[in-house]
Amino acid sequence: MATTKLGFIVQRPPYKSENPKLALTHAIATQSVEVYLNEGDTVTADIAFIGDGVLNCKKDQKAMDYYGLTSTEQHIKMALLVDINIWVCKEDVEKFGLSEDDLVLDAEEFGADMTVNVVPYGEISKKMEEMNHLLFF
Amino acid sequence: MGKLTIGCFASLVGSLNLDFAVKLSAAAIEKGHTVDLWLSGNGTMLSIKDQRPFKDYSHLEKPLKELMAKGLTVTACEACAEARGYNKDVTMEGFKRHSMDWYLASTFSADRVLHIGGE
Repeated sequence: MATTKLGFIVQRPPYKSENPKLALTHAIATQSVEVYLNEGDTVTADIAFIGDGVLNCKKDQKAMDYYGLTSTEQHIKMALLVDINIWVCKEDVEKFGLSEDDLVLDAEEFGADMTVNVVPYGEISKKMEEMNHLLFF
Repeated sequence: MGKLTIGCFASLVGSLNLDFAVKLSAAAIEKGHTVDLWLSGNGTMLSIKDQRPFKDYSHLEKPLKELMAKGLTVTACEACAEARGYNKDVTMEGFKRHSMDWYLASTFSADRVLHIGGE
């Protein structure tokens, strides 16, 4: 019985590339990873948004209205719904002149218990040290 | 010997990231390591068969087939491939297609994970 911890670090802004969305969809795929593993073994994913990546967490995204696409915001909410830890770098949020009020922080409407954690970079760095592997998006 | 899991999200043409991933896979297999190569996003372009080798563009079908014969496991994200019209009929022989959880499961037993992002 073992757990492999993956840290997904998202540094790129939304919609300029597919990377942030792929980070989220891959992280959400931890929900079904056990079909490939022995009983008791699992893989977990924590996601950290840093640098330009914090822009992915802006709330009220209109990707569905303008492009007919699921927004990155919706994917973040789905990640919360499946109990994935999400960390957002507080300093980088502030650098963009944003505050927690501008960010998607929960997915209450879906019944998610988890919330987004806006924390100093030092805390994210400490969390990432707990991971077995880091994947940069 | 160890196991290396490589995830690559870059397209076949446009950067040399896939070339690097395939060359690294070859070096690892040459040393006796096990390699899982996962392709997602634009990286699924590598799965298309009958790539015509031009000198101006990366063409990896031949080295990839040689590596698969030596034991390299190459898997494309099925949803990413289908979204691009890369369906099973145009997929190179020996190429596997799975959902994203396959990649995560591969990391479970990997000694090292090298994730190479997209464009």
